[in-house]
Amino acid sequence: MSFFGFGQSAEIEIELDGADKRKQVDVKNEDGKKERLYLYYDGESVTGKVKVNLKNPGKKLEHQGIKIEFIGQIELFYDRGNHHEFTSLVRELARPGELMQNETFDFEFVNVEKPYETYTGANVRLRYFLRVAIVRRLSDISKEMDLAVHTLSTYPEMNTSIKMEVGIEDCLHIEFEYNKSKYHLKDAIVGKIYFLLVRIKIKHMELAIIKRETTGTGPNTYNENETIAKYEIMDGAPVRGESIPIRLFLAGYELTPTFKDVNKKFSVRYFLNLVLVDEEERRYFKQQEIILWRKGEVRKKLLSSEHAMKHYESKPQAQVKEESNHADAEE
Amino acid sequence: MAQKSSEPTRPDTKRLEFKKQNLDDAYAVPANVLEIDVINPETKGIGKKRYTDYEVRMRTNLPVFKLKESNVRRRYSDFEWLRSELERDSKIIVPPLPGKALKLQLPFRSDDGIFEDEFIEERRQGLESFINKIAGHPLAQNEKCLHMFLQDPIIDKNYVPGKVRNT
Repeated sequence: MSFFGFGQSAEIEIELDGADKRKQVDVKNEDGKKERLYLYYDGESVTGKVKVNLKNPGKKLEHQGIKIEFIGQIELFYDRGNHHEFTSLVRELARPGELMQNETFDFEFVNVEKPYETYTGANVRLRYFLRVAIVRRLSDISKEMDLAVHTLSTYPEMNTSIKMEVGIEDCLHIEFEYNKSKYHLKDAIVGKIYFLLVRIKIKHMELAIIKRETTGTGPNTYNENETIAKYEIMDGAPVRGESIPIRLFLAGYELTPTFKDVNKKFSVRYFLNLVLVDEEERRYFKQQEIILWRKGEVRKKLLSSEHAMKHYESKPQAQVKEESNHADAEE
Repeated sequence: MAQKSSEPTRPDTKRLEFKKQNLDDAYAVPANVLEIDVINPETKGIGKKRYTDYEVRMRTNLPVFKLKESNVRRRYSDFEWLRSELERDSKIIVPPLPGKALKLQLPFRSDDGIFEDEFIEERRQGLESFINKIAGHPLAQNEKCLHMFLQDPIIDKNYVPGKVRNT
């Protein structure tokens, strides 16, 4: 027992296999600070070693068992202490007994299902972590290690452009078009605004990306809107018949993929908000949802073959051309 | 991906196809002309019934207004009436008027109170910016009271409130 620092205690270290080669990503934690975490994908095995270092070598450490858990959970910030685990795997590393010296245990979670992407928002957090616990009679010794998870999607089958005519009757009629309805996180939004009728004195126009985080269900729904980007696409008053081009690169902004009703707990959706501001600072806007998705990175091996494909670009093979377009987008 | 094959495929120079603007549209007078001046303050009446009114001169090409040009005289209380009508009927947040200046109406002053030139000029500017803000508002343009205020020679306070067009 460790009263006032007496008695035996131990430190736990978790070491992942292949940690030096594994990709790391920055993930914001609850305090808004960035942490570098090891990145995993759905279906990957999580393996490694647990090292238990005794503080006072020579003295024994009694325990009721040592275990490691792999946990994926959703934390709602207004409902603290009530975590919703959607994945929980346990491996027993040692039976109840005593530790006399430093020891190392191997652990292995094979083909772990990680259905959702790591996310930290205003009211909700989705995280994955490993937790080692040395169970003792009074207080456990435990150690947690967070992992990052990205979900990848393939190129969406349906990706039509968004085209719409909107306005205020007899005041302002515009037609806007965005080239897709689904964009990957490093994509570029290409579009245009066409003015059909302008009877107000417009000063400028901007395109905003709005993130809407919805948590909870039914009457206890919380909405949190955040303007991620504000991008001016026009300065000055247009007249009838004018077109304004749009090209907005998404890579410059902090975006996540769209989350739809994750475990019936939360959603994160993105909207393009087209805002026209007139001389009296009145604002006219139209919001349109876009789906964001994370694209698998082009592997080095593939890249060379895709370079080769470019030479065939002139051939009327729609399939090949699609492919090479994507490679270009990634470069 | 509705791009012609001759267009660049790299997204960093990509554009959607444009309709070319026709020259008549390009060189036409913009369809958003709306200018309202509040000018020529004149003080009328004698003694206790003295008041100042202003010329409200308007020029526009918006089809919602009956007259392209109009010229009426309005006093401060007419602006107040317009404001209260809009506040009641339209769903817009009506901007404030320049202050009522109750203090300047107290008797036994050394200056001319609300008939001081400086005060009149300040109020004129405030009224001008107020009426321009309102007249340019798409929802206020639907209200009958605004049209009456700007274009009818005399305000009929017993009019039937309503919309000029239905949006």
